Amino acid sequence: MCLGVPGRVLEVRGQTALVDFFGIRRETRLDVVDQPVAPGDYILNHVGFAIRKIPEAEILDTLALYELLLREAEGDMMAADVRGEIGAAPPGGEVSDA
Amino acid sequence: MPELALGGGVRELRFRDPERARALSRALAGLCGRIGRTVSVMHVCGSHEQSIAKFGLRSILPKGLNVIMGPGCPVCVTDVPEVDEAVALALDGKIIATYGDMVRVPGTMKSLGDAQAEGARIEIIYSAAEAVELARDTTEEVVFFASGFETTAVATAAVVLADPPPNFSVLSAHKYIPPVMEIVAEMPGTRVEGFLAAGHAAAITGSDIFERFVEHHRIPVVVAGFEPLDILAGLVKLVELVRDGTPRVVNMFPRCVSPEGNRNAQARLWRVFRTVGGNWRGIAHVPNGNLRLRDEFAPVDARRRFEIDVRRLWNHAPATLTQACICGDIMAGIASPGGCPLFGSECTPDAPVGACMVSSEGTCKIWHQYGGHPDL
Repeated sequence: MCLGVPGRVLEVRGQTALVDFFGIRRETRLDVVDQPVAPGDYILNHVGFAIRKIPEAEILDTLALYELLLREAEGDMMAADVRGEIGAAPPGGEVSDA
Repeated sequence: MPELALGGGVRELRFRDPERARALSRALAGLCGRIGRTVSVMHVCGSHEQSIAKFGLRSILPKGLNVIMGPGCPVCVTDVPEVDEAVALALDGKIIATYGDMVRVPGTMKSLGDAQAEGARIEIIYSAAEAVELARDTTEEVVFFASGFETTAVATAAVVLADPPPNFSVLSAHKYIPPVMEIVAEMPGTRVEGFLAAGHAAAITGSDIFERFVEHHRIPVVVAGFEPLDILAGLVKLVELVRDGTPRVVNMFPRCVSPEGNRNAQARLWRVFRTVGGNWRGIAHVPNGNLRLRDEFAPVDARRRFEIDVRRLWNHAPATLTQACICGDIMAGIASPGGCPLFGSECTPDAPVGACMVSSEGTCKIWHQYGGHPDL
């Protein structure tokens, strides 16, 4: 539960963002994030809240662990925690027309 | 030293960069060889333990290095009376919203799962925001039984500050990690010579928060990430600091953690919560180890809003199996799951006796799934 999960911001809607987590679209709250975020930024999500904007240079290294974990079977505990973190954010729906 | 098994198939997944893993493993062996005695270091994070166990890291550590999981599972250290409070409120007709693992944590006599079997309404949620939504959709009282370390408490603080409906309240079992490191560092019999601090909790607090600890206890702290290579690199740095006798804070996870941390999150956390002393299950009384709502949030604080009568839950003597549970010693780093007579027999993930077998962040459940010292 202390392992957050990274995702790419698709759209910012006030205090929430529509975020793509490895192909799954979810809404994440922006109340406690450390910096303003914009579409294209990556954030670290924990229990439905973005807790950090991931610096651009660090994105690939950050994603690697999760890409590996999400290839694991359903029963794997660490992978289940990551999937749970993605599930913590409510479904996000479509990107609205700008 | 044992050769790394980094061949094809599944094992290829174990390390993104097998060359680097080999080099780190060799460096660790060299360092430990020069120190010439056993060094024990502790991490305080369930996700670290998952990664260490899942990727079989202990099997490539030198014999002279002992990596122990400390009290890094917030579900596991939720104290029995805290569970009793939630059970009492549930049996009193309040809807209890809580993170999944909390349902099976034993109280004095009952878990929330037991209360649910007796008709109480327990809702498993994945986010604090969901607990608020639940309250918005009903006129009944919704009590959010909130667990987790500072990383998770930040989310609770955010919903408390975002004008929740009047039928929403928080029963906080949130814990704060820095103070328990002080307790464990001073426990006789533990002899921890270094701490590996959890990356995502430190993303909130910043790495500077450990400076005072290092100054007081003369024990190094290294902030590390969760990938096997992150952990190995963190251990190399930690053992180097032990060898040199130069305790300091080193942040080996700058891609996630800054020296000052997330100031916005800290501001919200400390606006809503204050630290108070309290028991951590199986560990000890931890001064400043519990996060409780400040007075101005009394209307949202379930402890002040309701009379919580836990005494009626204490009618019988505790079960004998629970008394044989050594979760506390395991979390203090003086025993391992293999040393527990209940582990894997009377105590399993399907029928947990102690809290360490309940949570996916508990040492016992992690070792039960992945093994503690797997043969690669």
